[in-house]
Amino acid sequence: MHVPDGFLDAPTSVATGLVAAGTVAVALRGARRELDERTAPLAGLTAAFVFAVQMMNFPVGAGTSGHLIGGALTAILVGPWTAVLCMTVVLVVQAVLFADGGLTALGTNVTLMGLVAVVLGYGVFRLLVRLLPPTRTAVLAGAAAGALISVPASALAFVGLFAVGGVADVSLGAVAATMGGIHLFIGAGEAAITVAVLGAVLTVRPDLVHGAAHLRRPTDLAPRPQVAPAAGAAR
Amino acid sequence: MGRGHGGALGAVYVPGSSVVHRLAPHVKLVAVVAFALVVVATPVHAGWAWAAYAAFGVLVLAVAAVAGLTAGRLARGLAVELPFVVFALLLPFVSRGPRVEVAGLSLSESGLTAGGGLLAKATLSVLAATVLAATTEARELLRGLERLRLPAALVQILSFMIRYADVVSGELRRMRVARESRGFRARHLGALRVLGPAAASLFVRSYERGERVHLAMLSRGYTGRLAAAPAAAVRPGSWALGLSLPLAAAAVLGTGMLVG
Repeated sequence: MHVPDGFLDAPTSVATGLVAAGTVAVALRGARRELDERTAPLAGLTAAFVFAVQMMNFPVGAGTSGHLIGGALTAILVGPWTAVLCMTVVLVVQAVLFADGGLTALGTNVTLMGLVAVVLGYGVFRLLVRLLPPTRTAVLAGAAAGALISVPASALAFVGLFAVGGVADVSLGAVAATMGGIHLFIGAGEAAITVAVLGAVLTVRPDLVHGAAHLRRPTDLAPRPQVAPAAGAAR
Repeated sequence: MGRGHGGALGAVYVPGSSVVHRLAPHVKLVAVVAFALVVVATPVHAGWAWAAYAAFGVLVLAVAAVAGLTAGRLARGLAVELPFVVFALLLPFVSRGPRVEVAGLSLSESGLTAGGGLLAKATLSVLAATVLAATTEARELLRGLERLRLPAALVQILSFMIRYADVVSGELRRMRVARESRGFRARHLGALRVLGPAAASLFVRSYERGERVHLAMLSRGYTGRLAAAPAAAVRPGSWALGLSLPLAAAAVLGTGMLVG
């Protein structure tokens, strides 16, 4: 769900636009560290993955289904800066090609779903991974917590923006409680999907998971059979 | 291949040769953003706001008519707005301030205005953006963004995303067809044991495709930037034509402020 045009007043939209532009500028530098000159193709393909996976329906019971937002998952898979770029690119395409999220609200959407969701989700993940023992379970638990928190956090950030530049006169406490409550539920779904996807990637290609780099061990080389040099080898 | 190569992205563009189709992409981008800005800047609480919104609506629909877009295409564009229709409909119930009785329901006056204004603004902007997307190819839009000085690295990422979004979505679709032809039905949360690994293999395949694409580019002499033909100059006439939409809207807004 993206913020459309006219939801926030002009100063708030401009301010979030500047925040988003700054974020993207920093992320472009950071992504170069994560992916060097492979940035463009790899970030592009990861963004295509995020775009596609957002169209995938996961049943959550009672006949309803939800989809992945993917901020935390992408950050853990390819690193936070690349993830910010991927989410930004997905939001740009959704706004320009599908009118999903207003063009004047693009900065707001990038701030909420690119910056807040990714940075907070990844931050919580990093914190837990550092505190817990270096195991696969700890990585998955960190991912679950990161994904769970990223969704209500960006919803509450939206409420904050709405408090500053909203165009409707509603009681903020009620909006914050409703948005936070609904998005905590959505975040639980996000966490379940994130763990399912991340667990499967960790099983087949653990080397592709940026957030599990500390679990990687150098493979033991197979011992080379010792052959005594033959007596006439130097001839 | 009945629908051509169009996946999600390809289905957006409606081929045509109208004036709107032929305008330079960055001119159209600027025009649509400027139009959205004018719409957003119109004060909801002014008495003449509704006349202004109606005038904006006539302007966008006129452009859509010139571009030869059908009502169906515009309606499909509007579908993304649905979640916010719900929000706007809720506003009169949850807003504060003096209340009015409408059909036995106690509604907030300011909530009614705010909800209606939100709906009108969002609808107008979505219509304008739909006209832009329906008359400009994704590749052209990208060139437009490039000419508007979007950072080159971001444009490159965008171009890879646009090129491969339909490939990756196609892969996702084939995986779904394969799952369902084996009798899989996603009914409850337990389906995650199947869908999780499916999404994971989609990620692994996308990432590996990215690595292959990068190697193929390196072997063709890629040095970190993409070669592009020099951009053609845009005549002042087409700027004037493109900007006539936001300028007309701004004229409506100005008139409203003077008269109202």
